[in-house]
Amino acid sequence: MPKVSVEMVDHVARLAQLSLTPAERELFARQLQEILAYAEKVQALDTVSVEPMSHARTSEALREDQPAAGIEREVALGEAPDAADHLFRVPRVIRG
Amino acid sequence: MSSLTELSATEIGRRVRARELSAEEVTRAHLARVALLEPSIDAFLSVFEERAVASARKLDAGLAAGRPAGPLAGVPVAIKDVLDIEGTVTTCGSRILSGYRPPFTATAVARLEAAGAVVLGKTNLDEFAMGSSTENSAYKKTRNPWDATRVPGGSSGGSAAAVAAGVSPLALGTDTGGSIRQPAALCGVVGLKPTYGRVSRYGLVAFASSLDQVGSLSRTVEDAALCASVLCGADPHDATSAREVVPDFSATLAEGARGLTIGVPWTFLAEGVEAQTLAAFRDSLRALEAAGARLVEVDLPNAGHAIATYYIVATAEASSNLARFDGVRYGYRAPNVRDLRGLYGESRDHGFGAEVKRRIILGTFVLSSGYYDAYYVRAQKLRTLIRADYEMAFASCDAIATPTTPTPAFKLGEKTADPLQMYLADIFTVPASLAGIPGLSVPCGFSAGLPVGLQLVGRAFDEATLLRLGHAFQVVTEHHKARPALARSL
Repeated sequence: MPKVSVEMVDHVARLAQLSLTPAERELFARQLQEILAYAEKVQALDTVSVEPMSHARTSEALREDQPAAGIEREVALGEAPDAADHLFRVPRVIRG
Repeated sequence: MSSLTELSATEIGRRVRARELSAEEVTRAHLARVALLEPSIDAFLSVFEERAVASARKLDAGLAAGRPAGPLAGVPVAIKDVLDIEGTVTTCGSRILSGYRPPFTATAVARLEAAGAVVLGKTNLDEFAMGSSTENSAYKKTRNPWDATRVPGGSSGGSAAAVAAGVSPLALGTDTGGSIRQPAALCGVVGLKPTYGRVSRYGLVAFASSLDQVGSLSRTVEDAALCASVLCGADPHDATSAREVVPDFSATLAEGARGLTIGVPWTFLAEGVEAQTLAAFRDSLRALEAAGARLVEVDLPNAGHAIATYYIVATAEASSNLARFDGVRYGYRAPNVRDLRGLYGESRDHGFGAEVKRRIILGTFVLSSGYYDAYYVRAQKLRTLIRADYEMAFASCDAIATPTTPTPAFKLGEKTADPLQMYLADIFTVPASLAGIPGLSVPCGFSAGLPVGLQLVGRAFDEATLLRLGHAFQVVTEHHKARPALARSL
């Protein structure tokens, strides 16, 4: 089992786009270690010939791909923290 | 309780349709009880007084004009605040969705309203339905009506407490690993988690999409059956909603327990059940036997691995589902951020509570390069083994009985510092969730004055058998008629 370091939590937090406080990093490193230690018992089982189950539904139920009315653009923008000119607005991404 | 708040959903629907009662007087009686009990229970995040009275009046006017009404005519219902209702706020118990008004209504809620139900308001929950005590809500702590120093269970704790306190005869919850059944057990009410896919997830804010399921909380199994017949069915808005025929669950209730075989996984139960909870469970098995059911022992050899499996699968899916909360399209956005990365990171750090962040970290970790096969794929394989255990067991029985939880309601604050202990509260509900099969929790006795639940788990799409057994149990027992002192005295 991997030793869960603060750096490891930091790496995962970056992947998850989560800024964490130093206190959160330490707490989560310790708790993640405990949870993974508990989950370690699943490592001992022989699962070589077992198919992974990704979903409880086995049959696909896809509908016909036909165009239909969706949510109006202004309605969809209505809950945005910042919107302008029919678009979501975010801090500048490309400096120019 | 006023006599109107003692009526079952079935009885209210019948009497409102017969115009012996008006939907408005039923609604007002329940709203009055909400106002009376909220200060001591805190089950609701929002109460829709005007909206509820208006929809009740509309229903009454329709009945007066001779228009037909559905089976839930005038039945008050409380909705877990993770299901959307257009024109009202959905918070998911999270700061990140404070004030969020979704532009659509969940199919489950739309079906209830189309059947005549009157929505009283939205109930408290663990943030994004992640938790077993409702203590992870960013807004308030709901108290257990049986003992205000204890949790109502979770994550549908507000819905369970509302039904237990007689504030609403019916409530919607959602169950990913036990979030309907566990709070139902801890609050002494009936909780039904239908088969995965039975109820549309459209308008339900996603936690773990391969596990999430909408279901009901009520005081009687009869009401659970009535509600399930309304809720279940295919929905073009949810590709995973099942097309299997939905029977009239109420019609088969009276067939009873005779001829049915109940399996008991005694080896799995040896993992630890509090003494009085176990005693109540044994008594309930005898009651089911007396009602005509036959008992056999079954084995679920991999069920002991379910908690580890669940907390890998569910957190992996959660980390993906919760990526949508980024401060751009809706919800909270952190102020004064320098760049886009800061906007995402700060909005999510301020917006999410500790348990949600912990699960996002765990889920991202088990999906990350180098750990994916060892944790995520292995957990998916264990899920296959857990489902296969049930298939084997159902060759010799029609339903499997366990206590719903290993202990009755714990104290507020008792498990908040130790996430793993909190996760273990779900040990008996999680296996059926992983297998995607239905589960029913029915009040089956008390441990030191706190309610204990009997869980019945069935074959996929065979809710009818569980409801038959649960109803037969309520016919021969009185546990569901007990009311908390709080609700009696006020």
